[in-house]
Amino acid sequence: MTLTSKPADAEPTAVGGPGATDVERAQKRGPGRDPDVVGLGRGRASLFVAPALVLVGVFLVFPALWTLYLGLLDYSLTGASAQSPTFIGAQNYTDALSDPAFTKALYLTLLYVGFSAVIGQNILGFLLAWYFRTAPRAVRTTLNVLVLLAWILPGSVVAFLWQALLDRRDGILNTVLQTTGVAWTNDHPMAVIVIFNIWRGAAFSMLLYAAALNTVPTSHLEVARMAGARPWQQLRDVVLPTVRRHVLTNTLLITLWTFNDFTPFLLTGGGPNHESETLPVYIYSTAILHGDLGYGSAISLLLLLANLVIAVFYIRLLRGGDDGSLKAQQRAERKARRAERAVAT
Amino acid sequence: MTAAVRTVPGRTIVGRVLGRIGLYTGICLLTVFFALPLLWLALTPFSDNPSYRATLSGFSLENFRKLFNNPQTWPSLRNSIYLAGGSAILVIVLAALASYALSRVRVPGRDQLLYALLLLSSIVTGTAAMVPIYLMLYQLNLLDRQFGVVLVLTGGLLPAAVFMLKDFVDSIPRSYEESARVFGAKPGQILRHIVLPLIRPGMATVGVWALVQVWGNFLVPYVLLSNPDKQPAAVVMYTFYDAGGQPNFALISTFALVYSVPVVVLYLFVNRRYGFAFQGGIKG
Repeated sequence: MTLTSKPADAEPTAVGGPGATDVERAQKRGPGRDPDVVGLGRGRASLFVAPALVLVGVFLVFPALWTLYLGLLDYSLTGASAQSPTFIGAQNYTDALSDPAFTKALYLTLLYVGFSAVIGQNILGFLLAWYFRTAPRAVRTTLNVLVLLAWILPGSVVAFLWQALLDRRDGILNTVLQTTGVAWTNDHPMAVIVIFNIWRGAAFSMLLYAAALNTVPTSHLEVARMAGARPWQQLRDVVLPTVRRHVLTNTLLITLWTFNDFTPFLLTGGGPNHESETLPVYIYSTAILHGDLGYGSAISLLLLLANLVIAVFYIRLLRGGDDGSLKAQQRAERKARRAERAVAT
Repeated sequence: MTAAVRTVPGRTIVGRVLGRIGLYTGICLLTVFFALPLLWLALTPFSDNPSYRATLSGFSLENFRKLFNNPQTWPSLRNSIYLAGGSAILVIVLAALASYALSRVRVPGRDQLLYALLLLSSIVTGTAAMVPIYLMLYQLNLLDRQFGVVLVLTGGLLPAAVFMLKDFVDSIPRSYEESARVFGAKPGQILRHIVLPLIRPGMATVGVWALVQVWGNFLVPYVLLSNPDKQPAAVVMYTFYDAGGQPNFALISTFALVYSVPVVVLYLFVNRRYGFAFQGGIKG
């Protein structure tokens, strides 16, 4: 997996480039090896990186910082404050924190993320990946295609498919369940968007866990089986410890994506009566629909902060839980690499 | 199978059979759960009386004729191609340059920078930065212009693209470049004749990934483009309603199908050619 764990690894096995200067440079920088075999040099390398950095800086970093500033203003798209935004300090933030609409949106977002991503997609994705290891080929292919389709179809299409599925009069769900005239999006909006998101996103977890399960040595499983471990015991004692990092990475990613997911809007429009208005939908309706840019920015920043807290929390878990054996292994690798370098020079 | 029998001492035959039945019931329910919403997309475009109902009452291609006669169909798909293609090309070029340099030249703080950007991109691309981006494009006079949307989308996709592509470049052995250097090739020549062909598969994958992301993106063009002539398919699909707010099923069902096909085809292409291991690293 591309995302799992890549601190400066993948070092070259061949140490030192051709030409003495490269070797010298590598030595001067101490532990930093020099893989710059083409001889780009730092100057040209910076030129290569610059365009991407500029674009990211302008369209990603700068807006994030600007959100911070805008949140301190009384600024609307229309009305008097549109002409001359006034500085009102932290008032937008205190307003937001005491605004029942905001706290409700935050609460709904947490429900949405918790049930649909952390529990739903995670567990369903894992079970699918686990089942696919031993499933008959036909079953596996069919289910795999369906799950993947749910994931790769464009959001607008998928949202409309669900509207058709849940329609009160003609919806296929009412036909299948023999429940006539149940307006699902109206009566159970939160349940609908939670189940929708499980359906939509299970594929990613499934793919990631399928890759992760491949890394579990079959010999370990065999030993466990010989020792008389039941399937769930194998899962708990052999598989889960091995794929722990994958679980955390996966949970981090799907949590962040679900937190910022705008698709509920296409399904329920945040309604009825704000009952499925998650934070992204709430920001959209305050800032863009009602034109209250200052207040909308303040909420955006609070959303960003929530994301950051989650990310840091997961990364802590990821770092903190490394068992000693892994660290020892890394130490040994580093030592071997050092020795190799010493020999080469 | 003796081992299998020996290892489950507590379970009787009945228990095992019940377990199997439970498993297959679960699998059947799951299949229905995943298939049910897709049924509409498979049937309704060919129905002679399209509605929310997902049945094929009579086969007809009349809906497609209506779709292709609609004046919005082709322009919106063309807009989608323009947005997705433009972003994908920008992403490929910029990400290839950056990831190659970051992979081969040791820049201080490189990994921290990459992680920070990646984290930021997964956080910011959504709704959180909508307000400042909207305002910024307004100031830059890029609002309601497709070029602005391309820039915004590219900025959002780049960190993940660089991350994926750098992983790919890291995995390419340096010996090719080394031997070219030994034989006296200049950096420019090495890049053009050795490096570019080597990282082309990675660039293709990242390009398709970017294409699919932009193709399905609803929010950014929805917020930044107000002129209906410039909106891509994702947004236009939501305008196929009649005056009474009833969806025009003939148009929506066929449009949904036509609009989905490229994504599925591209996905299959990448999956067959390069496998998931690299492709699916990041989505969102």
